[in-house]
Amino acid sequence: MSALIFSLFIFVLASFIGFELIAKVPPTLHTPLMSGANAISGITIVGALIVAGSTGSEFGKWIGFVAIIFATINVVGGFMVTDRMLEMFKKKEDDK
Amino acid sequence: MTQFLPESVLAWLPDAIQLLYLVATAFFIRGIKLLNSPATARKGNQLAAIGMLIGMVVTLFDKHIVSFELIVAGLVIGGLVGAVAAKKVAMTAMPEMVAIFNGFGGAASALVAWGEFARTPDVTSFDTTGLITIGLSIFIGALTFTGSFIAFGKLKGFISGGAITFPGLNIINIGSMIAMLVLIGIFAFDPTNMTIFWIIMGVSLLIGVTSVIPIGGADMPVVISLLNSYSGIAASMAGFVLQNNLLIVSGALVGAAGLILTNIMCKAMNRSLTNVIFGSFGGDGAGGGSGAGGDKTVRETSAEDLAIQIAYASKVVIVPGYGLAVAQAQHVVKEVAAKLESRGVQVKYGIHPVAGRMPGHMNVLLAEADVPYDQLKDMDEINPEFASTDVVLIIGANDVVNPLAKTDPGGPIYGMPILNVDEAKRTIVFKRSLSVGYAGIDNPLFYAEKNQMFFGDAKKSLQALNEALNDV
Repeated sequence: MSALIFSLFIFVLASFIGFELIAKVPPTLHTPLMSGANAISGITIVGALIVAGSTGSEFGKWIGFVAIIFATINVVGGFMVTDRMLEMFKKKEDDK
Repeated sequence: MTQFLPESVLAWLPDAIQLLYLVATAFFIRGIKLLNSPATARKGNQLAAIGMLIGMVVTLFDKHIVSFELIVAGLVIGGLVGAVAAKKVAMTAMPEMVAIFNGFGGAASALVAWGEFARTPDVTSFDTTGLITIGLSIFIGALTFTGSFIAFGKLKGFISGGAITFPGLNIINIGSMIAMLVLIGIFAFDPTNMTIFWIIMGVSLLIGVTSVIPIGGADMPVVISLLNSYSGIAASMAGFVLQNNLLIVSGALVGAAGLILTNIMCKAMNRSLTNVIFGSFGGDGAGGGSGAGGDKTVRETSAEDLAIQIAYASKVVIVPGYGLAVAQAQHVVKEVAAKLESRGVQVKYGIHPVAGRMPGHMNVLLAEADVPYDQLKDMDEINPEFASTDVVLIIGANDVVNPLAKTDPGGPIYGMPILNVDEAKRTIVFKRSLSVGYAGIDNPLFYAEKNQMFFGDAKKSLQALNEALNDV
């Protein structure tokens, strides 16, 4: 099995897991879900780290540097803002 | 970081990294799973964040990473900007915030692919698959970037919320997307031709603009949700470029999430996704006035009159909409509701799935105003209750209570599930004027026998009502 086919396998299976996981979220949580999922899409930061820290042309590394900044904004901002939203939800549960 | 490790550790390091990536993936899946319930959602988000941290720390041990100056600087700058933005943003501005974060995510994926391409001295060393995925990452990432910022501009009002379009724009968009795929094919054949590379980059950025600009402001949540899905796919493509399983899996998870959400939102509006993307629908009151014409009388009410009505009711349902959020009136609503409850009136909130500016947005806004969670009822829960409701307060909502959705088969919103407020004994509409909603159509509810209009800014009206309740 070539590396590409193997990657495709993972890609398709992960997509199915995503469909199954998310189909059950109640409408109340759609906004936090959207922003939480958005934070996870910042996973591209892992790629940015590799590009910025590796050997190769200076230019390529600087592109990686900008990628790190953008991805970190997405990750840190995304998780924090989702937490802010869900914190309010949780408090209500405690009140009951 | 590998230089600090002994030989014996280095031998099994690559496998350890992959295994820890698997752990990170498990955290993501478990985290999303816990986001299913309000009670566990916060923990779910935290688990996902831990997964991200694991993924990032483990990556620093990748043998390819030899210098850390840029990494540390990038993390500090990005972390500060992200943290400040997340702390400062108002809950009402959540759609814009998600749009921006999403744009940065898409841009990052495109940059990762570009950076990987640029840092490689001999680009012919990439195989065809590698080059195609580089092209696709840049394409999807770049269009997510510009598309998200156009969506942001439309939500903020920098760009007209109306559907900006001209004949043939759809054809140009479809044509340029096909051209893009061809260009990526050519690029894969001859990666040394930088002209092709720059054209791919430029046209991708343009497509993001031209495909979002014809979509009306009212549809922006759908667009953001779709772009969220794209940013996941872009991350996944970057994973193909770097052959990194963590990127592939997490990107695919988010891609699927965005698609499901987009689908749910379209269903709630009774629109198909193709119709949203190519329909150039809604916006600044475009569309015909179906059902308009004829002499229709409107009954008006005042704060004093309304205060008496609701103070002596046994059950009141509040239907909040986008207008409530714009007027920042959530807290006053909560005060009015508290006064009613202290008089023994039963108060509930009926929330339409697309109330607010994105699905579930209204729940967040009301939660912020300390409205008890169990008072918020979904559409399916509240609809059977309207028949036994004395007064419905419709605040800043329009299309989601428009009976034309049930009665006018030719109308643009026909078939959209609505809140059946017309079954209640009385409805009160809080509104600035009789103007049309996003769908651009008249609302017969305004002229119904049982309905009264309370004209004015939602917040001022509610404040007046709140005062008047003291004197009842």
